[in-house]
Amino acid sequence: MKKSYQSLEVNSTNNMKQVTRRKLGKNILQLSLIFLLTCSTSLFAQEGDPAKGKTLFNTNCASCHGLDRKMTGPALRHIEQKLADEQGLDREWMASWIRNSAALIKSGDDYANKIFDEYNGVAMTAFPQLSDQDIADILAYTAQDAPKQEETASAAGAGAAQSGEGGISNKLVLGALALLFALLAMALILVRSTLNKFAEAKGVEVPEDEKALPLWKAFAKNQFLVLVASIFLLLVSGYYVYGYMMQIGVDQGYQPVQPIHFSHKIHAGDNGIDCKYCHSSARVSKTSGIPSLNVCMNCHKSVYEYNGETTEEYTKEFYDGEIKKLYAAAGWDDSEQKYTGESQPVKWVRIHNLPDFAYFNHSQHVTVAGIECQTCHGPVEEMEIMRQHSPLTMGWCIECHRDTEVKVKDNGYYKKIHEELSKKYGVEKLTAAQMGGLECGKCHY
Amino acid sequence: MSSNKKYWKSVEELNESSSVVETLKHNEFVEEIPTDEFLGDKDALEGSKTSRRDFLKYVGFSTAAASLAACEGPVIKSIPYVVQPEEIIPGVANYYATTIANGYDFASVLVKTREGRPIKIENNNLATTHGGANARVNASVLGLYDSLRVQGPKKGGAYISWGTFDEETSQKLNEIKDSGKQVVLLTQTFASPSTSKLISEFKNTYGNVRHVVYDAVSESAALDAFQAKYGTRALADYDFSKASVIVSVGADFLGDWQGGGFDSDYAKGRVPTNGKMSRHIQFESNMSLSGANADKRVPLTPSQQKVALAKLYSLVVGGSANGELPEAVEKAVQNAASQLKNAGSKGVLVTGIQDVNAQTLALAINEALNSEAFNTTSPLLIRQGSDKAVNQLISDMNSGKVGALIMSGVNPMYTLANADAFAEGLAKTDLSIAFSLKEDETSSLAQYIAAAPHYLESWGDVQFKTGHFALMQPTIRPLFDTRQFQEALLKWTENTATLNDYIKDVWTNTVLAGTSFSQALHDGVFVSGGAQAVTEETEGQDRTLVGGIIHDAAVGLGLKEEDQDAAAATVAGISASEAVRALAAATSSGLELSLYPKTGMGDGQQANNPWLQEFPDPISRVSWDNYLTVSRADAEALGLKNEHVATGALNGSYADITVNGTTLNNVPVLIQPGQAKGSVGLSFGYGREAGLKDEMKTGVNAFKLYQGFNNVQNVSISAASGMHEFACVQLHNTLMGRGDILKETSLEIFNTKDKDYWNAIPVVSLDHKETPVTSPDVDLWDEFDRSIGHHFNLSIDLNACTGCGACVIACHAENNVPVVGKEEVRRSRDMHWLRIDRYYSSEVSFEGDNDKKNNISGLGSSLSEFGEMEHPSDNPQVAFQPVMCQHCNHAPCETVCPVAATSHGRQGQNHMAYNRCVGTRYCANNCPYKVRRFNWFLYAENDEFDYHMNDDLGRMVLNPDVVVRSRGVMEKCSMCIQMTQKTILDAKRDGREVKADEFQTACSAACSSGAMVFGDINNKDSKVAHLTEDNRMYHLLEHVGTKPNVMYQTKVRNTTEA
Repeated sequence: MKKSYQSLEVNSTNNMKQVTRRKLGKNILQLSLIFLLTCSTSLFAQEGDPAKGKTLFNTNCASCHGLDRKMTGPALRHIEQKLADEQGLDREWMASWIRNSAALIKSGDDYANKIFDEYNGVAMTAFPQLSDQDIADILAYTAQDAPKQEETASAAGAGAAQSGEGGISNKLVLGALALLFALLAMALILVRSTLNKFAEAKGVEVPEDEKALPLWKAFAKNQFLVLVASIFLLLVSGYYVYGYMMQIGVDQGYQPVQPIHFSHKIHAGDNGIDCKYCHSSARVSKTSGIPSLNVCMNCHKSVYEYNGETTEEYTKEFYDGEIKKLYAAAGWDDSEQKYTGESQPVKWVRIHNLPDFAYFNHSQHVTVAGIECQTCHGPVEEMEIMRQHSPLTMGWCIECHRDTEVKVKDNGYYKKIHEELSKKYGVEKLTAAQMGGLECGKCHY
Repeated sequence: MSSNKKYWKSVEELNESSSVVETLKHNEFVEEIPTDEFLGDKDALEGSKTSRRDFLKYVGFSTAAASLAACEGPVIKSIPYVVQPEEIIPGVANYYATTIANGYDFASVLVKTREGRPIKIENNNLATTHGGANARVNASVLGLYDSLRVQGPKKGGAYISWGTFDEETSQKLNEIKDSGKQVVLLTQTFASPSTSKLISEFKNTYGNVRHVVYDAVSESAALDAFQAKYGTRALADYDFSKASVIVSVGADFLGDWQGGGFDSDYAKGRVPTNGKMSRHIQFESNMSLSGANADKRVPLTPSQQKVALAKLYSLVVGGSANGELPEAVEKAVQNAASQLKNAGSKGVLVTGIQDVNAQTLALAINEALNSEAFNTTSPLLIRQGSDKAVNQLISDMNSGKVGALIMSGVNPMYTLANADAFAEGLAKTDLSIAFSLKEDETSSLAQYIAAAPHYLESWGDVQFKTGHFALMQPTIRPLFDTRQFQEALLKWTENTATLNDYIKDVWTNTVLAGTSFSQALHDGVFVSGGAQAVTEETEGQDRTLVGGIIHDAAVGLGLKEEDQDAAAATVAGISASEAVRALAAATSSGLELSLYPKTGMGDGQQANNPWLQEFPDPISRVSWDNYLTVSRADAEALGLKNEHVATGALNGSYADITVNGTTLNNVPVLIQPGQAKGSVGLSFGYGREAGLKDEMKTGVNAFKLYQGFNNVQNVSISAASGMHEFACVQLHNTLMGRGDILKETSLEIFNTKDKDYWNAIPVVSLDHKETPVTSPDVDLWDEFDRSIGHHFNLSIDLNACTGCGACVIACHAENNVPVVGKEEVRRSRDMHWLRIDRYYSSEVSFEGDNDKKNNISGLGSSLSEFGEMEHPSDNPQVAFQPVMCQHCNHAPCETVCPVAATSHGRQGQNHMAYNRCVGTRYCANNCPYKVRRFNWFLYAENDEFDYHMNDDLGRMVLNPDVVVRSRGVMEKCSMCIQMTQKTILDAKRDGREVKADEFQTACSAACSSGAMVFGDINNKDSKVAHLTEDNRMYHLLEHVGTKPNVMYQTKVRNTTEA
């Protein structure tokens, strides 16, 4: 059942993609028209390629500039047009600004100094490596019109409708089936009552076996059966009680609701960010560390909205709202592009809780042993909501220590001890257990 | 074989007719266990409506309910930083070098911080002087988290803001300045270049300002003597590692004498190398740490000490000294003098007699010897107080001359004998401000309490001795709204610089001579021009700085500048011959009381520290108390008793003691072996009343008897009714006559005889042949091959161990060892993972006794003459033996654990899995060393045990790498497995082998005397691997065959006479 549902979801997104693509085709046609028009107005300008421009923009400019949004630097849509209209500055001015803004400011250029002061006296990074063609490409990209909101909305609407249809048909089938069963049952009851009526009418006596003992009495009289049954019952209940007891305190699958919906799927999966970029202390410390908000803000200063795939439950608005929560917590005023100083630490719900008496060190496993985070934490890059993947029981630890070979290559610490121990145990490669990894005191102190 | 002394643990054991010892040999308890109390009342038992069945029902129900309630896991929140400080990585410790300078303890230390909070004090190995943290310094980190600290400035009991404080105090100070009255700064010894400069700036601003330096336990006499002779108000420095003969007359230089910090150098000279070690002769009245470590200890009363010193002077330097001494003492003095003379420049003499004459003679003797251990060119500056100035201040206050009194780091209402006069004077001042951590005896009387930060939250600098500087830096942001005295001085002088900038300025201009301030801050210490060379070129520079301090101290003496030379001249006027005459004339009738600082408590400023309260005194092994130490003979004469009760605990009589009309009632009495007849002792630091939890209000205040800053007083004593209950950890186990626990030999035997003679391996019988117990043939177990990987061993050198107890507190701090309180200690439920056993012995060769005994003829003669013979406990030799889990390779505890909670690691450590333990205590019963500790209660978050683990602030000191044990589990020394594991992990991460001597435990790292050496014996380059091969090496109770991983080095005493 679950699987089929998943496939439905996949279908719906595929459908949506097709829809958007169709719409995009139209857009591009329109855009290129506009593009052609704009290009024709600037006579001396080189013609730029907006597609190349987009790539260049994303690699060089996007961390400080948005198209429609003031960030560290000003918004850049139609910047060339604007500068030409409002300030009378040409592309030559822009090129010298881009290649070395500091020099331009120093030269005493009025507008350059005005901009410099307006943006808190932070000089723009110089890009001497950009050629005239590159600049033209970027400007071409910035000269594009913003895609209209309606269209994306309608596209999303279509997708939603599609998936909604899928839901309805499913329910319909189920409803029909239920109706069918109900009808069948009704029919059977009717048939029985009719037959009884017939029998009554015809005077046929339905023979009733009164002498036979009720089944439970017969069962109770047979002592052997009772014994076997009670032993069986005891064993079964024992099995279940044991099973119940053994999972007390084991929180495998624990998936609490967090104060901010942080999607590991988007960060580690879609964007492929290395786990240790955020959980940096896992390399050197016993704790992996929950990243502090300043780590989040490294990227989220410029990543102010979500532009990836969305679902019915997790819409763009939803994700953007979560980013706003982050801003509120970090005390970041997005419109002013500065910190207010009023921060509100996030109270995350801790998922992996080892008891106090068990010592675990991340750096031992991550840095020394080179174990992938996923080995214990599961496919985090697929988790929309983080959950505890492993049972974190002692048995689970021990099992791994028994099987896992110690990574000794290029580690001076292991050189001598590994040589001697592998000779002692007569094996080529040592497991963590053979290295002493099963001793009580290694984890309990 | 080793010397065949009989060691004993209590005076009770020497009393052959004692019924207690006899009973204890056969029974576990002396008295019947009072089962009648709960079983005897048959009516009550039968009348009860609760049947046994009901009881079981309730138990069953509550167990089931409790386990059901446990099924639901709690939701745990994790809150990361908003902006994570660059230097903090959660889970990784940071270390900062800083300095403690609280007026009593001065030391360069390393502070371990976790997630920004200091959790442990360690030694700063870069420091060439005062780099060792003693027990009090180790415990000082807990003072930071004292829940009774003042949290902001206060006026009349109510919190005010610093703004109000500034406004009001500046206004009043200006009024006082205009009125022409004095402004007096009454402070601890700071020994701080920047503070001296600040104070002189304050003087310039407010004109009629006097700075009075006050040390609670005064060294004024020594300072006066040194000043008269050398012109600097300082103390001579001693390096005992350079001495081959050390004679001490009443100086507990291994304790707190002249600021302490001499023990690590002393220990270096005590370990026999190439057949040589120093010879230490101690003349003293109280049994002190120094006396306990001495090769020869001569007990004599304080007035006899003066005579002895005069005689020593006449014998070593020349001249004659009158005065009577008992014959044996006279002989000992002559021996000491001839040994000193023979040693020449390798000899050194120190004295603790608070008398300018005595201190002058000590300086003269060392000068005459040209002692290498004696250093006056780079003297100690960590005591600068002046008795005269304090007395002058009190009379000025009472005559209304003092307009404002600003106090910092002092508590005169507690530490002054004439506190009442001080209180009266205080009431007459127009303005009184106390900079204090606490609302203590003094600050609660002052108009303003200026909440001061702990030293771990402060900036500062110290000059321990000329040219040896140290910096103090904050290791945590101030927990409360506090301000340093120095910061307030900056405010009052309208200096807008921050204190750290100010210190940086002072250092750049006067101290550093062009070297980096950041480097000095990183190291925590800075030596200008090298330790040895205060030579011509550096002298000028040093002079300016020292000059500032001299000036300051001179003013501190209460002298105007023009008087300074005159005063110096009068002091200098004392000639050696006059001093000898004055000292030799010293006599005393009746009992003499010697007041002394106790190892754990010092001057009492850390009285609210539960670690120090529970720290058993190295000599008496009593915790949670101070007491009158009395010799056995005097006790008998006065009708004072010590006795042991059913639980094995110690009780002592009460006595009322009177000095000059001041009486202390109900002082508990402890009969102290080695106490000189005719003398009694009482320690400072107890009897505090204000600013501490009720549990810590222990003992009596000896400062009340510290009249005229004289630590020796004539006293009259009378027995009082009732018995005091001591929490003494001494009599928990009898020794059972097993003399090989502490092996000891003399230097002569050590040098001349074979190892088998003085350190023989015990033998057992195998097929009627004597076989060494270490032989595999007599072993029940198969040996595990430990040659691969690490194999940890700890070596404890009984020669180097002075018994200072720093390791005990370090172990407490590292391993979250709980404090259990006086009642529980009394019930033998103390939790110390590491204890320092102290054993008394009867001396082997007591010639007079032997002769007398040999001459006994007939029954009548033996009865009378044995009775006359001096009792052996009157002057015992003492030895210290730190004992922790011995980590036996064939551990008896492991085999009896029914749930395998304790097991052996291949690295030699005996592991203890607390979560597996069910609390049968079989292991503790089967442990021959009695090192296992059982958690009878939950000690954390339990109001019954209201110590640091019961409040949020106090729990900040807990080490996050070590679990806090719960009720009902056994615990013990883990050989700091968390530290060895960390060292291994660091090496693995760096991809290198572990360096030799990189492994440490908390105790070995804390041991500044080098007695404890820890390491991997499979690394042949490590120190400990060499120590396993040492001739002196033996294992505790080796004949049991437990194969411990802790080893001891036989104690060697230098008994060479003459």
